[in-house]
Amino acid sequence: MPWFRKKKGKIEPVRDEERVVRTENVFVRCEECGEHLYKKELEEALQVCVHCSYHFRLGAYDRLEKLFDDGYCEELDAEVVSTDPLEFVDSKPYVNRIAQAQRATGLPEAVITARGKVGGHRVFGGAMDMNFIGGSMGSAVGEKLTRLIEHAMKERGAVIIFAASGGARMQEGTLSLMQMAKISAALAALEERHLPFISVLTDPTTGGVTASFAMLGDLIIAEPKALVGFAGPRVIEQTIRQKLPKDFQRSEFLLSHGMIDEIVDRREMRPYIIKALDFMMNPAITSESTAQLSGLKFQVSGSHP
Amino acid sequence: MRLQSRPRQREAQRKLLMAEKNRLSPGHSTSAFERVQLARHPERPHTLDFIERLFEDFTEIHGDRRYADDPAIVCGFARFHATPALIVGHQKGRDTKQRQFRNFGMPKPEGYRKAIRAMKLAEKFERPIFCFIDTPGAYPGIDAEERGQAEAIAYNLREMAKLVVPVIVTVIGEGGSGGALAIGVGDQVLMLENAIYSVISPEGCAAILWKDSSQAARAAEELRLTAPDLQQEGIVDQVIEEPKGGAQNSHDEAARLLDPVLWERLAESLTNNVPDRLDRRYRKLRQLGKWGTSEATGTP
Ligand SMILES: [Zn+2]
Repeated sequence: MPWFRKKKGKIEPVRDEERVVRTENVFVRCEECGEHLYKKELEEALQVCVHCSYHFRLGAYDRLEKLFDDGYCEELDAEVVSTDPLEFVDSKPYVNRIAQAQRATGLPEAVITARGKVGGHRVFGGAMDMNFIGGSMGSAVGEKLTRLIEHAMKERGAVIIFAASGGARMQEGTLSLMQMAKISAALAALEERHLPFISVLTDPTTGGVTASFAMLGDLIIAEPKALVGFAGPRVIEQTIRQKLPKDFQRSEFLLSHGMIDEIVDRREMRPYIIKALDFMMNPAITSESTAQLSGLKFQVSGSHP
Repeated sequence: MRLQSRPRQREAQRKLLMAEKNRLSPGHSTSAFERVQLARHPERPHTLDFIERLFEDFTEIHGDRRYADDPAIVCGFARFHATPALIVGHQKGRDTKQRQFRNFGMPKPEGYRKAIRAMKLAEKFERPIFCFIDTPGAYPGIDAEERGQAEAIAYNLREMAKLVVPVIVTVIGEGGSGGALAIGVGDQVLMLENAIYSVISPEGCAAILWKDSSQAARAAEELRLTAPDLQQEGIVDQVIEEPKGGAQNSHDEAARLLDPVLWERLAESLTNNVPDRLDRRYRKLRQLGKWGTSEATGTP
């Protein structure tokens, strides 16, 4: 069984019941074609329907486990969690919403970040989780992703982020919006160091996440039929007062409009990423120590404790 | 885990502070939603109104060299107290025809691409940049999505962080989410007293959270989108006073109040050399956000 090595050495297996989107004992019904799928078979196919290739949504830990060599990685900055800076109350106080999301998902935040190897390359990976307040990006998500990029700069590694998000987190107001600028600035510094950023778009990626780091990859790849856009389909329908075309804002639509590099089936994702890293992780660049780099615009060492 | 919050106590403190502020400046107890309405006031000065009053010899430039010109963003060079500078700003129209022509100040990708093209021109010739923010948001439409609205915004966020010249941003009206931020990364972020800057419109927020857009006033309060709120959070550096009752009452007076602040802020940014300027800009963005620390190792 693949597992996570937690920051403080605690080993915890990924619980089985967290892995499958909808459990009906041993069978799962495909949301797309309606076929009944044997749970174990679905797990072996990385949660992709063997009949119609429908990609079930994946949780953050599952994503990272499927990315890293032997599913092995070390979680980073897990202690960074959301607070309630605005004392925001909608149908319930935001503090309760956070606590509830943590209990229900077993995740500390809507993004999990980790360090490990992919095809032998040093990789700093992040994965968002739709089950945690809609995968929304608040201050903690922004901070964890910025630190992930800074870790990569410090240790001369690649950054890979799996996006899955409804956008910026409303309950933290304008602070959430500012995370877009903060992460993008960190990516400017990463770019300057010639270190790769691979952005993987999964279903759904919208709003402030798309309009910041998700569309800034050196390589942008998407899972099949993922919804990817800036404005949500409902907002657009309300604005233009007409129905949207069927494939609008899907991966295939983005590919044909020149917005992404490739659509990659989840079962082919790891080999695809490894090929990309083989190209992008040039030892002539990655073996240089940070101290050797001169003339950089951004001196970002020691930006966080 | 610690989520240090004693909402009731802090809420009480906030109310006390507000009351104190109102006592010190009577007549200024404007509610968040009143400010939203002032920020959207049809007679409020827009970018071109400020350009006319603050700059000389404005020369507009058009187009993104990729697809089209977007009238929802204006760009051009001008002189600010004799100093050549670049101006970039959202533009809303005043009458029906102009409003449609400007697409209500909602840019499409070509608008953002024109803006960054112009900013790189300013960088090349070492001229400072003034950005004016006034948009309900980036245009949510089929054509905008087809041409990469998200990519256009994202690209600007990254590229503006790298600009070696001073960038002074002023939120003059509506700061509508990513569509505002896409020309809003700078060394200094100023905000007119009744301008707003928000992650989502109060109506949009209310529709999602309460399934009722008539709760917009309540959403406006919760979102903390006013200039004083944002200054407190460190997002805005300075709040600029408006003429009594709001900037719509006197464009001349609104410009007169903004002018010395722009000048001071430009002078301040010019005192930094390029590495310092970039470092400050990075660190300013870097410290934005409020999060907590849990002792737990991931799963609480
Ligand atoms: Zn199926």
